[in-house]
Amino acid sequence: MYEFAYHRPASVAEAAKLLAADPEAKLISGGMSLIPVLKQRLARPSALIDLGAIPDLVGISVTATTVTVKGRTTHAAVAASAEVRQAIPALAELASHIGDAQVRNRGTIGGSIAHHDPTADYPAAVLALGATVNTSRRSIAADDFFTGLFATALEPDEIVTAVDFPIPEKAAYVKFPNPASRYAMVGVFVAKGPMGVRVAVTGAGANGVFRHAAMEEALAKSWSPEALEGITTPAEHLNTDIHASREYRAHLIGVMAKRAVAKAG
Amino acid sequence: MPKVSLTVNGKPVSVEVENRTLLVEMLREQLRLTGTHVGCDTSQCGACVVHVNGASVKSCTILAVQCEGAEVLTIEGLAAPDGTLHPMQEAFREYHALQCGFCTPGMVMSAIDLVQRNPQGLSDREIREGLEGNLCRCTGYHNIVRAIAAAQVVMHGKAKELPRAAE
Repeated sequence: MYEFAYHRPASVAEAAKLLAADPEAKLISGGMSLIPVLKQRLARPSALIDLGAIPDLVGISVTATTVTVKGRTTHAAVAASAEVRQAIPALAELASHIGDAQVRNRGTIGGSIAHHDPTADYPAAVLALGATVNTSRRSIAADDFFTGLFATALEPDEIVTAVDFPIPEKAAYVKFPNPASRYAMVGVFVAKGPMGVRVAVTGAGANGVFRHAAMEEALAKSWSPEALEGITTPAEHLNTDIHASREYRAHLIGVMAKRAVAKAG
Repeated sequence: MPKVSLTVNGKPVSVEVENRTLLVEMLREQLRLTGTHVGCDTSQCGACVVHVNGASVKSCTILAVQCEGAEVLTIEGLAAPDGTLHPMQEAFREYHALQCGFCTPGMVMSAIDLVQRNPQGLSDREIREGLEGNLCRCTGYHNIVRAIAAAQVVMHGKAKELPRAAE
């Protein structure tokens, strides 16, 4: 790792101020993606601003219509939450299969979505459930949040404070993990609820997570795995690498989507 | 240099580190607690697992300065002062859950966290899934799973003595 300064602010406001004052600084939450990047010297931030000492950023609350997960809440906490399991079981289930137990004990929802790794699981849930991302200065609809590979609508000095998930009638997430790294080669989150029928695909898109309009249309007419029969995914905007060609990923999207609808019931 | 103050194995310590010093580097090189191993250094193998505030973490993927005020438990902190092993350590010995031993400290620390979080008890399959973040290249995991299955019985107070391995 290159050298960097380190700040440990006690509030979101203080963190935002530090971030605004130094364009080369980076936020660190759980660090599960950032620390490996720093170890490989793929990034050289002037400073790390650690969100780890801000108690206001941790917690889960559930109302009749919404599950709110604060930005620095760990995957382990979401996975273990009886309230989340009750309200949106698919979200708790997704959180319980991110990385491994030790990664889930450190990694956070805010970090995951702000990083927007094309193989990350959470962006699929945020997009398919039509969540709202709350930040230190505004609220951003999921459809506007993910703007490209490792890119989001966040301004350089903006901090994710919480994600509001509308509670769906039905939802499920199924992924095909890479057998070695366990990252999603393709993951499909399907949801039917107040935001309509939505299908989000992670792991496959060359620009990160995306919605699948043809599948949404078919499932809106008939919510069943059979409704997805014959729906194909154009391969040209999909990732291709040593693990899977874009054509293979296109095929997997169909398979994972059918399994997800079957699982959602 | 920045100074980080924390509790390691029950003892308060204050250590001068660089901001970029990893927790595992501080433990091994400054506190000389070399029981925690570095295997892959890429957060995959789990040889470096320790507990931070009661949760198992990969100490190669957390900065020492992030542990300000934290309680850290390493493999050295498990046995009682008189040398009595933790039930998980005892189970690893009884069930021959190691060969070369390199992954063992991380395995034991992960296993303890896994068992503590699952007071209802774990099936062999759940134990295997729970060990996803720990790689062992010698044993094939069978005896590790047996050891954890035996240790959980003692850790949950369902037996006083560790069930003995079959001869």
